[in-house]
Amino acid sequence: MTDQGLTPPQTVPALSATSLNKTFTVRENGLGKPARYVHAVSDFSFDLPVGSTLGIVGESGCGKSTTARLLMHLVKPDSGQIRLSGEPVSRAKRDLKQFRRKVQMVFQDSSASLNPRLTIEQSITFAPMVHGVSLRAARETAWRLLDRVGLDPARFTGRYPHELSGGQRQRVNIARALALNPRVVIFDEAVSALDKSVEAQVLNLLNELKAEFGLSYIFISHDLNVVRYISDHVLVMYLGQVVEQGPVDQVYATPRHPYTRALLASMPSPDPEQRTMAAPITGDPPSPIDLPPGCRFAPRCAFAESICDTMPYELRHGETRVRCHMADPKLGHSKAEVIQ
Amino acid sequence: MNTPLLSAKDLTVQFRTPKGPITAVNGIDLTLERGEVLGIIGESGSGKSVTMRALLRILPEAKTEIAGDLKLDGKDVLSLKGHDLAAYRGGDVSMVFQEPATALDPVFTIGTQISETVRRHRKVSRKDAQARALEMLELVRIPSPASRLGNYPHEMSGGMRQRAMIALALAAGPKLLLADEPTTALDATVQIQVILLLRELQREMGMATIFVTHDVGVAAEISDRIAVMYAGRIVETGTAAEVLKNPKHPYTQGLLSSTVQGAVPGTPIKAIPGMPPDLAQMPPGCAFAPRCPLATSACQAAVPDLRAQGGERRVACVRLEEIA
Ligand SMILES: Nc1ncnc2c1ncn2[C@@H]1O[C@H](COP(=O)(O)OP(=O)(O)OP(=O)(O)O)[C@@H](O)[C@H]1O
Ligand SMILES: Nc1ncnc2c1ncn2[C@@H]1O[C@H](COP(=O)(O)OP(=O)(O)OP(=O)(O)O)[C@@H](O)[C@H]1O
Ligand SMILES: [Mg+2]
Ligand SMILES: [Mg+2]
Repeated sequence: MTDQGLTPPQTVPALSATSLNKTFTVRENGLGKPARYVHAVSDFSFDLPVGSTLGIVGESGCGKSTTARLLMHLVKPDSGQIRLSGEPVSRAKRDLKQFRRKVQMVFQDSSASLNPRLTIEQSITFAPMVHGVSLRAARETAWRLLDRVGLDPARFTGRYPHELSGGQRQRVNIARALALNPRVVIFDEAVSALDKSVEAQVLNLLNELKAEFGLSYIFISHDLNVVRYISDHVLVMYLGQVVEQGPVDQVYATPRHPYTRALLASMPSPDPEQRTMAAPITGDPPSPIDLPPGCRFAPRCAFAESICDTMPYELRHGETRVRCHMADPKLGHSKAEVIQ
Repeated sequence: MNTPLLSAKDLTVQFRTPKGPITAVNGIDLTLERGEVLGIIGESGSGKSVTMRALLRILPEAKTEIAGDLKLDGKDVLSLKGHDLAAYRGGDVSMVFQEPATALDPVFTIGTQISETVRRHRKVSRKDAQARALEMLELVRIPSPASRLGNYPHEMSGGMRQRAMIALALAAGPKLLLADEPTTALDATVQIQVILLLRELQREMGMATIFVTHDVGVAAEISDRIAVMYAGRIVETGTAAEVLKNPKHPYTQGLLSSTVQGAVPGTPIKAIPGMPPDLAQMPPGCAFAPRCPLATSACQAAVPDLRAQGGERRVACVRLEEIA
């Protein structure tokens, strides 16, 4: 090739977000009490390169599902922008309809997300027909996809959700998500309720489908092993914020943020002769209500000092980004060498 | 001669269902020494929870047939009735579950629930029982335990509720603790805290534990010995290191290699094909044969016995010598 001197074509991410924020207002017990705020997602940015998988990990309540719902335009952000293939998405009805065709979502609870009164075939053909596809074409697609996800169409199209196992229902949900020929699929704890051996079958299927249909994935899970296996990049959340993001092998091999380290060190050891001797972090994750202004991890962090009372930015550190004052020695944290 | 704390011989549990009887636990043998931790692993539906419920005698009597021989500390568990059975449940043996809501009563405070449990099983004053409740919350490391005694379960976080349930289960000083996936619903950082806590309490109190999980990592962290269940039967048992580091039964091998832990990103996970059998229509012979890459017609002839394989290991596979 003689493309020397040519600038490489700018690669446009399949999906990206810039500085998304979402705060929920809650009033405990109503009457008289002042409003309190849940900082569900704060200053959240990422790029999802075409054909890749971005894993999102973090503890219960850290804002993973809210992020997914923001990306799907199911809740309105307080501020920030979402782009699909580089184009900003407006909340105009036409834009949203187009967007929802191209970005699909699969949830954890496989039974709640299928209408119990529709057959499997009706569930899969429903959305395409709303988008103007003929019954015949929608049916053809449904049969092809069912076959592809390993469910014999002749046996399964006429069945109802309650006649399927959890793993079979999740395959139907995957087929349904693919029926509109999307570019991006967001999985929110989509394999968490499955038995391990079924989980393995479904993860293999997801990887095959990704290559076959040229998809990009966002994969939310609290299972750190699953995320390591399926993702190219990983994003670690703590109390509504991204504390670290980067290539999955780098983040898992050399985690920088003290929270990422504690989280990864909490994974059970698979070797009974090398058990974990001490918990890397104590207590439960705190509530995201009325957070202090500084670093959100500081109250549990072994390295916290006075500078941590201010909010750290996401700082570049090679290919990863870390939200920690220690990531830049110039900021004056006395233990900056800890994460270098 | 020292007799084991628990010994189950040919334990069988049958449910009467509208579609006919199903055998959820099919002639299993278990022994457990004082202070020992046995991990039970296996796929969903393999009979792990039913085994635990049988050991605690909490299966619905009208619909269940339990057979075999079950002894705890010399007591014949299957013949217990009335007052003796009530003293056994929660006294000699207690259980913690995946979902604390199963064990904690939403309308009583944590303190009341623990002290009432203590008074049900031991002749102590109300005041001593309350002191014991405080001691238990301290033991499971609930922060500010004195004020937490007055909390209702819904006023606590998930990790704290799990600890409160453990405190409740241990309050009467059981000889055997049954733990049915007690950490499965917890976040990673809280899960490891609860595992370490259980390990420590178990060591301090010298109590034996049976720990059910389908997470191999969790099993490795807590178990001295492991039993692998498939379709109601134990197919392999041995020390944790024997079974997890060098599995011999083709099912154990499949189960361990089908986990994402060991899988190489970018290459498919070695998933076991197919699904476990329908318990109402068990295949003849080895129940794993229809999914086993190594099965031959010999596997269908009879249900294989667990055979000793050196060390503590026993494996139920007729082809073991040929495939090794
Ligand atoms: N509609 C809402 N109103 C008020 N608070 C909300 C709302 N939706 C979510 N939250 C709060 O926002 C925070 C983030 O919740 P979210 O469901 O995004 O967490 P998550 O990371 O998906 O947790 P999990 O792992 O348990 O699914 C939580 O504290 C939650 O209680
Ligand atoms: N009360 C009951 N009546 C009829 N069948 C039952 C009953 N309880 C359990 N079973 C059946 O017994 C079998 C074993 O169930 P069990 O709950 O022990 O599985 P398990 O190994 O604990 O699975 P999991 O990992 O999903 O918890 C299953 O097929 C189940 O459907
Ligand atoms: Mg969620
Ligand atoms: Mg169970």
